[in-house]
Amino acid sequence: MSTLQDFGQYETAWCPGCGNFAILQAVKKALVASGLSPHQLLFVSGIGQAAKTPHYLNANVFNGLHGRALPLATGAKLSNPALTVIVESGDGCNYGEGGNHFLAAIRRNINLTMLVHNNQVYGLTKGQASPTSQKGFVTKAQPGGVLAQPFSPLAVAVAMRAGFVARSFSGYEEHVTAMVTQAIAHQGFSLVDILHPCVSFNKLNTFTWYKERCEKLPDDYSPTDWEAAMKTAVKWGDTIPIGLIYKNEQPPYEENFPVLKKGPLAKQGVDKKALQDIFSRYL
Amino acid sequence: MTTKTLNIVIGGEAGQGLVTIGELLAKTLVECGYEIVVTQSYQSRVRGGHNTFTIRTSNAGLAAPQETIDLLIVMNEETVRLHREELSKNGLVVTDSSIKIDAIPCLGVPYGELTSRRHENVAALGVATFLLGLDKTVPAQVLERKFGKKGAEVMAENRKALDTAYQWTSDKLAQARPEALDFLKLPETKRQSPRLILNGNEALALGALSAGVKFCSFYPMTPATSIAVTINQYAAAMGVVVEQAEDEIAAINMAIGAAFAGAPSLVTTSGGGFALMTEGISLAGMTETPVVVMLGQRPGPATGLPTRTEQGDLELVLYAGHGDFPRAILAPGSVEECFHLAGKAFELAESSQGPVFLLTDQFLADSFRAVVPFNVDELCSVQTGTDPSPAQSPYRRYALTEDGVSPRLLPGFSRHLVIADSDEHDEDGHLTEDLEVRVRMVDKRMKKYARLKNEVIPPSYLGAEDPELLLVCWGSTQGSVVEAAGALESAGRKVGVLHFAQVWPLVAQHFVEYLNRARQVVAVESNATGQFARLLERATGLQIRRQILRYDGLPITPQTILAALKI
Ligand SMILES: Cc1ncc(C[n+]2csc(CCOP(=O)(O)OP(=O)(O)O)c2C)c(N)n1
Ligand SMILES: [Mg+2]
Repeated sequence: MSTLQDFGQYETAWCPGCGNFAILQAVKKALVASGLSPHQLLFVSGIGQAAKTPHYLNANVFNGLHGRALPLATGAKLSNPALTVIVESGDGCNYGEGGNHFLAAIRRNINLTMLVHNNQVYGLTKGQASPTSQKGFVTKAQPGGVLAQPFSPLAVAVAMRAGFVARSFSGYEEHVTAMVTQAIAHQGFSLVDILHPCVSFNKLNTFTWYKERCEKLPDDYSPTDWEAAMKTAVKWGDTIPIGLIYKNEQPPYEENFPVLKKGPLAKQGVDKKALQDIFSRYL
Repeated sequence: MTTKTLNIVIGGEAGQGLVTIGELLAKTLVECGYEIVVTQSYQSRVRGGHNTFTIRTSNAGLAAPQETIDLLIVMNEETVRLHREELSKNGLVVTDSSIKIDAIPCLGVPYGELTSRRHENVAALGVATFLLGLDKTVPAQVLERKFGKKGAEVMAENRKALDTAYQWTSDKLAQARPEALDFLKLPETKRQSPRLILNGNEALALGALSAGVKFCSFYPMTPATSIAVTINQYAAAMGVVVEQAEDEIAAINMAIGAAFAGAPSLVTTSGGGFALMTEGISLAGMTETPVVVMLGQRPGPATGLPTRTEQGDLELVLYAGHGDFPRAILAPGSVEECFHLAGKAFELAESSQGPVFLLTDQFLADSFRAVVPFNVDELCSVQTGTDPSPAQSPYRRYALTEDGVSPRLLPGFSRHLVIADSDEHDEDGHLTEDLEVRVRMVDKRMKKYARLKNEVIPPSYLGAEDPELLLVCWGSTQGSVVEAAGALESAGRKVGVLHFAQVWPLVAQHFVEYLNRARQVVAVESNATGQFARLLERATGLQIRRQILRYDGLPITPQTILAALKI
């Protein structure tokens, strides 16, 4: 059990008005709602403004390389499955630099929660296009506007039948809290793509822009209907659906390794008898 | 005791079963009490191409490959064409009698009459057993162990093929000039107590398992793949998680994550894959995470020659990763050393909390040797992490200490929180842009070199006290260099060999005397530019002008060295 205070209060390096503040608060609330204590958690992040989030709460943290949070988190989870592992990073980090790892993590269905702060821009590096930037989005690096199609993380995740696929918006803190809480509870890979404004570098997809479009999924929406989920996942326009889009219960990846049933790898020594048997195969 | 050394080459297309004959014959020789050095040469394709499995064998100690061929067992005509020039004076070709060969001594075996197609491999083993003068019961036992489990019928067929071919050879040679073939008879030797037959990669895998590897991630790349595959074969029995990653970048980051969470962790790769890992190496340096990287070298740049050998990645490994951080690089000289240095690599990674590299190459990776069994009771496994009980709250992962090594708690094993960061960080692990802290942290990390230097394996020296010629080498070329030196000694020269099984860090006082004392120093390396000679110069200021370099993708042999020295 824990309280909000257990997760601390820190000074941040974010701009006033940044959507990251609400996400941080929602994550803390979700941790409390999940009954998790700081030492049971491992946050893994990459590099970017979003990736700094784990520094602003109490937990075990590995703030790794740009784009590489997922494989690092996968290794940690396969080393100690008792840890609740949460990956937290930006859209550029997770979908751009780390794109291949995103696909692989979904395929593995490794039991971790991936929180993507999606502001549709590279914030930390001062405003270049990200894979989720809209076509035509103008930046200093893309003065003629973005030429490529935006990446749709949710469509890809649903197409691949990922375990848990949700979208939220930082403007609805309670909604973020609910999505993150459910994602943590899900046994398997879970993605929460969290839209949020970048007040400094994205003047197109502003708080109001999102607020006008984000619409909660109706109560009777069934996240287990894959075809309906596919249609929902590709919706991006005047309305942007938020909520749990798709859910699929499959045994998580780490259950495939019998050795992990015996607990964390760090505590497992060398079985000398087994070793001797192996040596004798080479006689 | 008369010493005899023979080089047996089995050649053919991939898929013709030559590796099976090779392995059976190698096992037979070892069980009869002989030494072996196997060299495998294959092309980067699944079927066809030209491949050889070479067994050099002797009743005396042996550690190097040889260029000339005494017995050439061929499965196709092309092999004869490609290798006839390499046959020694009395060299014999054993072939199917349907293949017509002229002008060289040849024994045509009517395999079709003796046995079925499926058992031609075993028949070839029978022929070789007779020619080499081996005890016929030994290959029979070897077959029993390989096929016995498949049932009496399978075993009987194999046994029949062996016996029939053996008898045919015996009868055939009773009729025609057997003296000419006497040189193929190996002198009798004493049976030794059972020995392991391992190649370099198997030895690395077993060494890692003995050391307590618990996590291994990899992306397939020749010649390193079989290290991970061998570990995976025993993953269930030894409690290891082996994961084929989506790419090498993932592999190294997974290993770092697993190590952070407490598992002794390993990645295996070759040069190209390692190049992709370099940012991760830097991350291990910055976050002070122990990780072992085994790199099986093959000729580069780029895809290079995927199935050949080279020692061309020393500088890549030495400089891999941006920024300054400590590292150690090991380079075993033999299969046995592969085993022991695998253990050493895990120890060093844990004690210095950073990346440790183990460099081998295709030659050593695929080279089978007979090894005296390891004593399981004497093997130590690595202990990861530090006891959390004395830790003060809040725990500081990067606490400044005398020798730069901070207590390393593992996340989730106590209420202490462990924070690691790829950004420059303060003692608590949180990122900082305080430039004074930055300097303290760089100094802290670099201090760990003192510990690494204390644990350096000094180079081994073999030879005359005051040699006129000193041969300097590292890694897998050791056997060839030592044998070449022996040949030079026999010719009346005073020669020494300095072999480095650890190439970084270098402690100059361990060896600078040898370099100074010798009249002439020659570096022997499998690369085009003398990468290790350059490193020695960096460490000592001494330039090694004379270098014997081989970079055609084949291993350095004693002949390579003797020819270069014009002996
Ligand atoms: C290998 C590598 N390439 C580039 C960078 C520079 N870089 C740091 S953060 C970043 C983009 C961050 O964008 P995003 O992940 O969307 O995070 P945000 O700042 O928007 O939260 C880039 C390109 C880096 N740190 N490492
Ligand atoms: Mg962003």
